[in-house]
Amino acid sequence: MTSKLNVVRVQTEDFSVADEYGLIAADNSDGAAVTFVGKVRDFNDGSVVTDLTLEHYPGMTEAVLNQIAAEARERWPLNNVTIIHRVGTMALGEQIVFIGVTSAHRKAAFAACEFLIDFLKTKAPFWKLEAGDQGANWVEAKDADEQAAKMWQKD
Amino acid sequence: MINVLFFAQVRELLGEGNVSVEANDTNNTAEGLRAQLAAKDDKWGKVLASDKLLVAVNQTISSWDTPVQDGDEVAFFPPVTGG
Repeated sequence: MTSKLNVVRVQTEDFSVADEYGLIAADNSDGAAVTFVGKVRDFNDGSVVTDLTLEHYPGMTEAVLNQIAAEARERWPLNNVTIIHRVGTMALGEQIVFIGVTSAHRKAAFAACEFLIDFLKTKAPFWKLEAGDQGANWVEAKDADEQAAKMWQKD
Repeated sequence: MINVLFFAQVRELLGEGNVSVEANDTNNTAEGLRAQLAAKDDKWGKVLASDKLLVAVNQTISSWDTPVQDGDEVAFFPPVTGG
């Protein structure tokens, strides 16, 4: 039996979905692998976006991502978990974030993947600065993201 | 000393990413430290008065009554927007 992968990376360089998938999906005891990729979109809140710069809090970021990975493991029977988030400046269409989880069955993998991105968006110390045709703007936190994270709260 | 960090628009508006503050009896909570820094001038008062401001004490998001002491790292920043 191989040991579980638990990867958390914060990096400026791009990542390969194929490579990351290959790493998490190598265990034959898993029947499900779910991945999520977040990308730089050309439009936000009615404004044209030309590129995106991600700032973070080194040290705290990695700690929070490890905490939410651990919390996902407490809630679902997961095997491998990978969370990669890029920082620095990214062009339109570039990949920002990768979440990959594997499990024996799909329901746990789907739920854990969604939980991880919902919690990452509301708890990990990253901030987006959007550049567009009207200058640079710090992205406002969205109530909808907060509501999505609250859906996972236990009573 | 207390190591104070600022991120995102808080950092940008203050023009500082990092200041050191001597620990004392008035800045011994996150709110006490915020109030001390906000008293520096109008700009700092405005930026650090935001009702959306968050504080992390030793890299954990904390409530405003969290104790702060010499050697701690305290960060002030806006709501997070990653993902």
